[in-house]
Amino acid sequence: MSGLRRFLKEFRRRPSGVAGVSILAAFVALALLAPLFVGEDQLDVTKVDGPLLAPPSGSYPLGTDQAGRSILALLAYGARESLRIGIIATVLTVVFGSLVGIVAGHFGGWTGRILMHVTDWFIALPSLPLAISLAAVLGQGETSITIAIAVTSWTATARLVRAQTLAVEARPFVERARVLGAGNRQIMVRQVLPNVMPLILVSSTLTVAGSLLSEATLTFLGLGNPTDITWGEMLHEAFANGAFTANAWWYILPPGLTILAVVLGFTLTGRAVEHVLDPRMEKSR
Amino acid sequence: MSADPTGTGPMSTEPMSAQPTSAGPTSAQPPDAGPNSAGTAPPLLEVRDLHVTYRSGDRTVPAVRGVGFTLAAGDTLGVAGESGCGKSTMALSLMRLHGGRAEVTGEVLFKGENLLTTGWSRLRAVRWAGASVVFQGAMSALNPVRTVADQIAEPIVLHDKVSTKAAEKRVAQLLDSVGIPAQRMRAHPHEFSGGQRQRVMIAMALACRPDLIIADEPTTALDVMVQAQILELLGDLVKDAGIAVMMITHDLSLLAHTCDRLAVMYAGRIVELGPSRQVLEDPRHPYTTALSRAFPTIGDPASRRAPQGLAGDPPRPSDVSDDGCAFAPRCARVHDGCRTEKMLLWPAGPDRESACLLARPERGGGAL
Amino acid sequence: MTLEVRDLSVVYPPRGGVGPARAVDGVDLRIGDGEIVALIGESGCGKSTLARTLVGLVKPSRGQVLYQGTPLDYSAKALKAYRRHTQLVLQDPGGALNPKQNVFDAVAEGPRLHGLKDDLKETVHDALTRAGLRPPEDFYHRYPHELSGGQQQRVVIAGALALNPSLIVADEPVASLDASVRGEILKLLLRLRDDLGLSALVVSHDLGLAWNIADRVAVMYLGRIVEQGTVEEVLLNPRHPYTKALLSVVPSGAEDWRPTLLSGEPPDPTAIPAGCRFHPRCGRWAGASAADRERAACDRRELPVLAADVSGAACHLLDLDPPATDVSNAWENA
Repeated sequence: MSGLRRFLKEFRRRPSGVAGVSILAAFVALALLAPLFVGEDQLDVTKVDGPLLAPPSGSYPLGTDQAGRSILALLAYGARESLRIGIIATVLTVVFGSLVGIVAGHFGGWTGRILMHVTDWFIALPSLPLAISLAAVLGQGETSITIAIAVTSWTATARLVRAQTLAVEARPFVERARVLGAGNRQIMVRQVLPNVMPLILVSSTLTVAGSLLSEATLTFLGLGNPTDITWGEMLHEAFANGAFTANAWWYILPPGLTILAVVLGFTLTGRAVEHVLDPRMEKSR
Repeated sequence: MSADPTGTGPMSTEPMSAQPTSAGPTSAQPPDAGPNSAGTAPPLLEVRDLHVTYRSGDRTVPAVRGVGFTLAAGDTLGVAGESGCGKSTMALSLMRLHGGRAEVTGEVLFKGENLLTTGWSRLRAVRWAGASVVFQGAMSALNPVRTVADQIAEPIVLHDKVSTKAAEKRVAQLLDSVGIPAQRMRAHPHEFSGGQRQRVMIAMALACRPDLIIADEPTTALDVMVQAQILELLGDLVKDAGIAVMMITHDLSLLAHTCDRLAVMYAGRIVELGPSRQVLEDPRHPYTTALSRAFPTIGDPASRRAPQGLAGDPPRPSDVSDDGCAFAPRCARVHDGCRTEKMLLWPAGPDRESACLLARPERGGGAL
Repeated sequence: MTLEVRDLSVVYPPRGGVGPARAVDGVDLRIGDGEIVALIGESGCGKSTLARTLVGLVKPSRGQVLYQGTPLDYSAKALKAYRRHTQLVLQDPGGALNPKQNVFDAVAEGPRLHGLKDDLKETVHDALTRAGLRPPEDFYHRYPHELSGGQQQRVVIAGALALNPSLIVADEPVASLDASVRGEILKLLLRLRDDLGLSALVVSHDLGLAWNIADRVAVMYLGRIVEQGTVEEVLLNPRHPYTKALLSVVPSGAEDWRPTLLSGEPPDPTAIPAGCRFHPRCGRWAGASAADRERAACDRRELPVLAADVSGAACHLLDLDPPATDVSNAWENA
């Protein structure tokens, strides 16, 4: 496909985008390869034998936590959980948000109005308290955090996609498709979706970044499952076990900086994709 | 409709970036002498070997490739051609309005002064009082949040140094002369129809009593009926005030009746130049022939159920080479020489020029 | 007879404080087998709405669209079946093609939607060939932005032909094309009629286009057809003052050419004048004597709808003329 090749060629010309992708690739590799380097026993509080809350040293490059586990090992394993929650939440958000957005944009009239009222209602809900209540109802842990993130963030995607759908539907090729015999479903799938897709793609990279932050926030607040290892959970544990008062910076900074780096990676990638897909932005830069 | 272009106003267009260089290196076309410029007085506008080249990435795209003509005071010149032939770029570059990363070479002598090298303050003065521009889209050329009176009065106040009150009086006169009731001067652009907005644009162009009006597709977006009204209005106004006009359009047939002379452009060059009616009725370039046949005369049996066109498409500016005739790939009368010889504007009868080998004097001139 | 509309009206509901717009306000029109009809008018006269009503995109507020004598059924299934017979070609070919679809997919879109997947390759090949894109294979994998305006319009036409329709409605098919390309697209429409017996309604503002390709012409003003007949009748011997004015603004070769300009702005379908809807801009009415005005009463006497099957003009003032020997005021007999 020449379109894909052209996209890659253009993308490579944007250093910030390449940097973003490199950061992400590094973390994905870290997440995938973590089990090869770190054994399960090194993460089990009952089995580890390291020094407690020790600063960085030769055998523990980033120090240890209050139970004697290597911070580096925790970070590597945390990447698995954190990225999984972020990505699953994003997929839910984008799929649901896009569906609502396209349907609302395409049908207009009553269907569209009702859908948009529901969306507005969700936007008006304060997201943090909602997430806390959801987690309370669904129980602590990965699933409820993922759902909480998706429930609070799909509205932005829906709004965005609806606006773009309205713009696409106003173009003559949609009228042409209708005259050729296309029904509602075919117009949405064959005409609107391919033209909204770039926007969805950009929006999803930014949503992942947001989801990661939400995950960190929610778990830091104690809504996560203490036996899971995520970056947010690490921060929560550090806080709960007095790392802040003990000045154990090696316990706090690494998960914080890691979250920052991954969010930055997704944001840079998203912005670059946006610029490559929309030549008009390129010019106004 | 009484014409009273005692008004004034130019377009208060912000200067755009341009890197004009001085006179072009070569003269690809002999500067021609218009019918009215044969005398001793210098022409109002003389363009010599004008080139406009756009840079896109590491490539250069020649939009205008050596255009030369003269325009005497009060003369009207129509410039016709298809999209991408460089007609608008050429017209706008005369006032250095071409914008973007374009390189302009050649000479644009307005009353003897080279507008491509003159300073910005001089150029601004020329744009206000010397030569004004009527743009294609009146809606985008007018500021939507200011009243029409404000916009017409601005150049009058700035240039003629008169009081706001005096300027307003003139605005009323101007609007009246273009057929818009003066009471409506406090209205905003969106309250006018497309035709009325174009009338406002004409009033603005006349505001500072220019010697030349450059009209870039002034009626393209308008209905036939409104189009005819606007052209008639413009024609009357400039005739009464002796203003020279350069009118750019893709519609050849419109120009025949509004302009004395006609320049047909193709691929960045003038391919035929001469008195409008002669050019239209007895073209000396195959492209002009094709173009004039594209607009049928109603009642002419030859065009009944027989639309005329040209196979192929106009070349993209980036694909045009300097060797041979750019029209050769679409020309029905093409021969070997067309692909290699250098094309110049050759004399093709009294007051007439054509860039076709068939029209070259040594071949007998009027072979077409 | 292929397609006919009877007493058709389309009213758009009020919007933003402006009353309902009577875009089409009583039209009878017929397009016969293998006939090319030009529908001429200024913007805002309702010609595009009428075109969209013919292809079933707009549902009439009153009146009927009849295809082969059967009124159009607006159920989704019936409309889809109707699409195979009547196709639309739009003004802006660049916008009418999905930028994400290559030429093959754009032309194959219709057959695919109708489940005609056998011989799809052959269908697309034939359609592109007929539309003048040769050899078709060279175009399959190109995207709309890689084509010229003329080529894009040929792809749109090929997309319509792929369904093998019997009628094409073309809304300003050449208005956005270059002059030299315009003739080529019009030639194509003529050739399709000759080769395939395709009927066409061509909507345009350009009377020259009607002279170039049409058999009959209908002139529309403010939602009504004000004059219709064969191209020769209407263009060479116009009867309605509006047709005369339209014709006069087409630049001609004549030395003494002088357009008859209509005063005022294009008409507004939200405020249709009483009586003859053209009378506020009518030069003949403005210059008529008091006695003639009294007799014609253009400003209050409604005009009946011009019948589809006769030539004539809807104008009260024609009653003042001495009786003509040819078809006169046909609407009165209708």
